[in-house]
Amino acid sequence: MIKILKYTLFDLLRSRWTYLYFGFFLVFSSALLLLSGDSTKVIVSLMNVILILCPLIATMFGVMYCYNSREFTELLLAQPLPRRAIFWGQYLGVALSLSVSLLLGIGLPFLFFGLVQADSLLAFLFLLANGVVLSFIFSGLAFLIALRFDNKIRGFGMAILLWLFFAVIYDGLLLILLFFFRDYPLENLSLGMSLFNPIDLSRILLLLQLDTSAIMGYTGAVFQKFLGTSLGILVALLTLGLWVLVPTMSMDRLARRKDF
Amino acid sequence: MITIRQLYKSFGPKSVLQGIDLELNTPGRISAILGPNGSGKTTLIKCILGMVIPDQGEIEVDGQSIKGKWEYRSQLDYLPQIARFPDNLTVQELIDLIQDLRPGRAQAEELIDRFGLHDYLDSRLNHLSGGTKQKVNLTLAFMYDSPILILDEPTSGLDPLAMQQLRELILQERERGKLILITTHIMSFVEEMADEIVFLLDGQVCFKGSIEELLEQEAAESVEEAIAQLLVVSEALEQALEPDQQNA
Repeated sequence: MIKILKYTLFDLLRSRWTYLYFGFFLVFSSALLLLSGDSTKVIVSLMNVILILCPLIATMFGVMYCYNSREFTELLLAQPLPRRAIFWGQYLGVALSLSVSLLLGIGLPFLFFGLVQADSLLAFLFLLANGVVLSFIFSGLAFLIALRFDNKIRGFGMAILLWLFFAVIYDGLLLILLFFFRDYPLENLSLGMSLFNPIDLSRILLLLQLDTSAIMGYTGAVFQKFLGTSLGILVALLTLGLWVLVPTMSMDRLARRKDF
Repeated sequence: MITIRQLYKSFGPKSVLQGIDLELNTPGRISAILGPNGSGKTTLIKCILGMVIPDQGEIEVDGQSIKGKWEYRSQLDYLPQIARFPDNLTVQELIDLIQDLRPGRAQAEELIDRFGLHDYLDSRLNHLSGGTKQKVNLTLAFMYDSPILILDEPTSGLDPLAMQQLRELILQERERGKLILITTHIMSFVEEMADEIVFLLDGQVCFKGSIEELLEQEAAESVEEAIAQLLVVSEALEQALEPDQQNA
């Protein structure tokens, strides 16, 4: 697995897409830092971009990588090594190269401008960690989709749909639900439902770190009450962990009995 | 070296392999697997390589069942039909990767000389032409001294010179006592190279034997003619009898 990972990284860290992704974050966060100068505000702006962009890029890039390297994967499958080693190696390669682009692209400007104040340092680290976790979650889902669908068009369609669902549709559904049942106390329901969407969960965790949860009103208070405790944080982190584990374990299972 | 017993495989409603029985036990022999499109050639090869998992049946390599195993693949060298490699690796890195994955010693140098790949070693794979990629593909497949060599359509995309080099390579490997399996559509290549023909039809072994036996059985002048006759006969049989009777 380590060997496959090594060469996948060799390949991807030279890919122009990786540079594009890195360059985008570099330019974007430098621009924000220069324009605003207030690192908390910059972190909030970056958060909104990361929460949309990381899942999108991880999903599309993961699916694209799988389909593009199909023939090479077949060659690897004919080598004396277990199947899971190939797919875990490729998955970790994709997720790590995306994470490196993100960490360097955002980390370098902050280091350079030296603008991370002590009070926002934790939030900043939380932001980066969240971006990394989202990259791992969504590239896992992408690998699962690419293994499940042999048809490229269908695979890409599913990938876009998946991203759209978690980034946009899910919130819409939640809002409709809250609107129709607005006469009932729904705080626990919305709290529960946000656990099922990694993007929402990341957003809430970040907002709580930034002490801006007051803008979320009463629901925010409920979230604060639950997720502000160490138990709540633990549950949230465990859920994010499950979001990484469940797709990758399914990928592992699928890879073991798939015909190539 | 390779024993296949009652191998069945279907993809959804389409059954591709319907009870293949095959023994390939003589080292130093080139066996050509022939058959019309969709007759299960590639599926059979992928089953041997463990890329396709059969529904039923047994495959043994060196007397060991390959089910759920991967170590046996160090006995096999494989040349895939389509050569596509990671875009941003160099030829040298790709060769290193395969050498990292396989036990044993590789003789890449000799093949790099033979195919004139020295100038390309540091180029990225996405900058290479199709023919050069196929040469890299050949280098990867031939650089190990494994007892079994499986070539899936080895002639595709090669220029005449490389084709000649490929012929020499295959014959040289035969001299070394390897078991060589080839699928191809080019009958002249078969006539020239193969010691044995395995003809697949509708997922079953329809004929297995030497070229002379095939020509004699079908009273034909060339392999192409004999194969055509086999196809005609099997169609006639299918119309006359129940399709699952084993007369072919």
